[in-house]
Amino acid sequence: MTLAQTQQELIDEFAMFTDWQDRYEHLIELGKDLPLIAPKHKTDDNLVRGCQSRVWLNAEQRASTSLSDGTIIHFTADSDAMITKGIVALLVRVYNDRTPQELLGASTEFIDRIGLREHLSPNRANGLSAMLDQMKRYALAYSAKP
Amino acid sequence: MSTTADTVEKKGYDVEEIRAQFPILKERVHGKPLVYFDNAATSQKPRRVIKAESTYYATINANVHRGVHTLSTKATEAQEAARETIRTHINAKHAHEVIFTSGTTASLNLAAFSLGQLLLKKGDEVLISGMEHHSNIVPWQLACERHGAVLKVIPVTDEGELEPRRRDDATEYFTERTKVLALTHVSNTLGTINPVKELIAEAKKRGGVTVVDGAQAIAHLDIDVQDLGCDLYAFSGHKAYGPTGTGVLYGREELLNEMPPWQGGGEMIDTVTFEKTTYAKLPFKFEAGTPHIAGIIGLGEAIRWMEDYDKQAMAAHEHLLLEHATKELLTIDGMRIIGTAKEKVGVISFVIEGVHHYDLGTLLDQQGIAVRTGHHCTQPLMERFGVSGTTRTSFACFNTVEEVNSMVAATRKAVKMLR
Repeated sequence: MTLAQTQQELIDEFAMFTDWQDRYEHLIELGKDLPLIAPKHKTDDNLVRGCQSRVWLNAEQRASTSLSDGTIIHFTADSDAMITKGIVALLVRVYNDRTPQELLGASTEFIDRIGLREHLSPNRANGLSAMLDQMKRYALAYSAKP
Repeated sequence: MSTTADTVEKKGYDVEEIRAQFPILKERVHGKPLVYFDNAATSQKPRRVIKAESTYYATINANVHRGVHTLSTKATEAQEAARETIRTHINAKHAHEVIFTSGTTASLNLAAFSLGQLLLKKGDEVLISGMEHHSNIVPWQLACERHGAVLKVIPVTDEGELEPRRRDDATEYFTERTKVLALTHVSNTLGTINPVKELIAEAKKRGGVTVVDGAQAIAHLDIDVQDLGCDLYAFSGHKAYGPTGTGVLYGREELLNEMPPWQGGGEMIDTVTFEKTTYAKLPFKFEAGTPHIAGIIGLGEAIRWMEDYDKQAMAAHEHLLLEHATKELLTIDGMRIIGTAKEKVGVISFVIEGVHHYDLGTLLDQQGIAVRTGHHCTQPLMERFGVSGTTRTSFACFNTVEEVNSMVAATRKAVKMLR
């Protein structure tokens, strides 16, 4: 599934919920499916700065199975807050196992479209933009490597 | 019948009458009526304050203390009237003891920089407490680093009170090297009202200069700087129903005259040559640059607005909210209130077992309820209580018992979703 398809899938999924409570319950559920970071990677270096809750994000470069010469980035993560964990799970579901180029060009518009707009504000407390910046930093670092 | 300022009858306390004056309280958040419980971060503003600011811009906007023209005179008069209102409100001896700043943070930075220059030598001590806001920690750390002084900290008890209050003995924290005592009047995180008057007296006995951070006190307590006996008292306008970007540093005249200026620029000078500048008289020596004139006028109006009400009745109402909310919150499973001092303003910080404060804050927001979550700019205090952050609900005169009930019900709902 392409990145855009995954985003659309999430938009459709969330479109089923009409009130905030169902939406947030689903977000919390998504958090439970997050590919969890290995305990050894739960280091201060992998902490995302700028979140009120703690978020650990680890990235590994892998060879792509579909692209002959491409590499993709595999993310694992965790958080001590459930909503934050849901948010990072959304991002990981969309951006996981993509090439650095795909990741660098990606937008976050889908977050708005699934009714979680409040997480897009540059408010230092919510951390979504900090998570995405961190993902893009990994992508930049890997795209610079030969 | 003759009336004096002292005998003019104050308005009775009618929370609905008060609410009607705050336009923002009609707003809806996520489709639900706004319940604003983040007053310790900033309070909402009554229409009179908003109007005072916009009227200034619409009718008398001009720079102060500079022009000979009519608008400048009117703007200057309005600003100086605000200074006089504040002087009376905090019972300072002179209006020129009231210095306008951009807020408590600027006031405390001014105090720490200038007192550091004046007083601190290598090995001297600055005494603060374990419940200070970062704004009353970091400026002193900077001053201590500059002058080789040492920062000492009065510990906080499990209840969230200062140690000396419990032991009835503050002497051990003061030494002959204590040059400054800088203490918060009311804790922004715990709500604790500190016995500042006793500690000021203790510091004075040893010749120390005393600084009070009154950011959280100004909207809730009667402040009398002469009765407290402090040398400097800092507060913000925006936590007392006034505009953001306004603040005050009160200082005792003799001390302010000795203190060197903090920032240089327009307004604060007497004469300038490239060889030597002489400074203006108080308060202008400490007011470099064009002040936040509109905001200051709004702040004056906010203080006049508060003074129209019986402060005791306001405080009693907020205390009622505090007691009711404390009782109701404690019925929630796993609830731990951080800060159970005997004397508190309407601030409750809490943690709930198995629930992250960020999650709770987000889910309360979805229900229209604004609370603060996190460390509240008091990281050392969080460490003292072994928590990474709390949820903090803080009340103002316009809040109601019904709002408290909504918040408790919304918290229960959120906890259910998160467990």
